[in-house]
Amino acid sequence: MSLKIPIDQHDHALGAPDAPLTLLEFGDFECSYCIAAHPTVQGLIARMGERLRFVFRHMPLGEVHPHAELAAEAAEAAGAQGRFWEMHDALFERHAELGPELMTMLARRLQLDTTRFADDLSSRRFRDHVKRDFLGAIRSGVPGTPAFFVANELYVGSIDEQSLSAALQGLRLHA
Amino acid sequence: MNIALTEATAPAAGSRAPDFSLPSAPGARMALSELRGKPVVLVFYPADWSPVCGDQLALYNELGAEFGAFEAQLLGISVDGVWCHAAYAKARNLHFPLLSDFEPKGEIAGLYGVYRRGDGCAERALFVIDSEGIIRWSHVVPIAVNPGADGILAALESLPRRPA
Repeated sequence: MSLKIPIDQHDHALGAPDAPLTLLEFGDFECSYCIAAHPTVQGLIARMGERLRFVFRHMPLGEVHPHAELAAEAAEAAGAQGRFWEMHDALFERHAELGPELMTMLARRLQLDTTRFADDLSSRRFRDHVKRDFLGAIRSGVPGTPAFFVANELYVGSIDEQSLSAALQGLRLHA
Repeated sequence: MNIALTEATAPAAGSRAPDFSLPSAPGARMALSELRGKPVVLVFYPADWSPVCGDQLALYNELGAEFGAFEAQLLGISVDGVWCHAAYAKARNLHFPLLSDFEPKGEIAGLYGVYRRGDGCAERALFVIDSEGIIRWSHVVPIAVNPGADGILAALESLPRRPA
């Protein structure tokens, strides 16, 4: 399965645009498997340094995860103020408290313009952005989260640093 | 797993979808023929509560607007009974009917060539049926694989548009 919507300037990317390797994740802040994968991704980013660009797109399953869409929109609202990754990390790290109060508190802690942040959430300013990410995942054949794309192909394998790093470098690990 | 055999016995694209009337809730039934006039997405799955089924149905459950754009009716079918389906649909907040292929067990899955006799459950199989009741696309996947939704949407898109 290939990524149907190419990575562009609307995406949130960590690392240099011309980094030789790119990992893209479709994730949901309320999905336990995504929460479990977060430290793995952090470790991979640290391990691969400048060779890696990491892109995150939203795939919230709102019918089973009541706060997931709001969390995705909160990350976007923080992104509009230049703090996407800080909000992304904090939402995963404080998943046990996930809800509107946590998001408001994080906005304050990240020193965002909290009025603007609250307006962006209440007006659902980023709903379409999140939906676009979600439908892009569906069209790319993503069956659930987290889903990783390596070199624009859906990664099928174990979600651990060694396996993902090997896939990124075009190696095959034999079990 | 005998996927090849199942594929071979599933009705081919272009053939008429076998009709059925199955319980859709305690005290209610639903027939395929009642849905003539709009496309139907038939999702056979092995069992309520099993992990892959949950993920697969949860994914389709998010796509109400997308299926709605084709006026398509999504139906889940497994051999679970109506009370099991009711509890499952409530727990997962599902917004589409789950039909009970419960008695005689797996009869409808058998008509569609997707009954796993040894396991006593349906394969994980998708059928897209057009508004005239003709199967236009089908896809049987290994039981542990979540097939996603891209194939269904592509099949719905390729259906001829009905004149307005």
